[in-house]
Amino acid sequence: MPRVIVAAADFDPGAELARLEAGAGAVSGFVGIVRGESQGRTLAALTLEHYPGMTEQALAAMAGTAMTRWRLLDCLIIHRIGRLEPGARIVLAATASAHRGDALEATAFLIDWLKTDAPFWKREDFIDGHSEWVAPRDADHAARARWVLSGP
Amino acid sequence: MKILYFAWLRERIGYAEDTIDPPASVTTVAALAEFLAGLSPAHARAFADRGMIKAALDQQFVPPETPLGNAREVAFFPPFTGG
Repeated sequence: MPRVIVAAADFDPGAELARLEAGAGAVSGFVGIVRGESQGRTLAALTLEHYPGMTEQALAAMAGTAMTRWRLLDCLIIHRIGRLEPGARIVLAATASAHRGDALEATAFLIDWLKTDAPFWKREDFIDGHSEWVAPRDADHAARARWVLSGP
Repeated sequence: MKILYFAWLRERIGYAEDTIDPPASVTTVAALAEFLAGLSPAHARAFADRGMIKAALDQQFVPPETPLGNAREVAFFPPFTGG
């Protein structure tokens, strides 16, 4: 059963990956970390806002799509919210399958779609007290587009 | 009808939520954004860059031309930047 978690609390990547191992031949995971700088400026923290209710639905739909498109045994998305300092974990996307191909591809799909299709917003809080909402990057939309099946 | 604001829309308006009864002439998401922009100078500032604002009807992401129908909750927000 796919699981999705949206919470302020940190997670233990090792323990979470181990929970996906039962019966699997391959477990793949991606962990996103808060960087210490942005556009050459030093970051004090990232603040992540979300839309309670809609976020969980969007993540569950994404996990469901991954389960249908690849041969997966299980799948997990953990996304943190609130104030996160440099070095903190933000997100974990992980999948389990019989073989590595499905697990690796499905993980890449999940992390690409997380950037563009789930209602999260990042604000960068710099050490000089200035704050800025992150603008979507063209590269993120290009990464998402490579998973869209071409039309007839 | 409950209206929710997120990220810089919420910051520019100064709070997260309005409860309004829009006039009958307001029938689409885009028309609702237009109406909300007229509520106060802060709303006008928040809705100024209409091209950067996305919307959800009852927690479903929708394009601006979508009819409001019987929606109970409409949310306005900038493009998502998660992950």
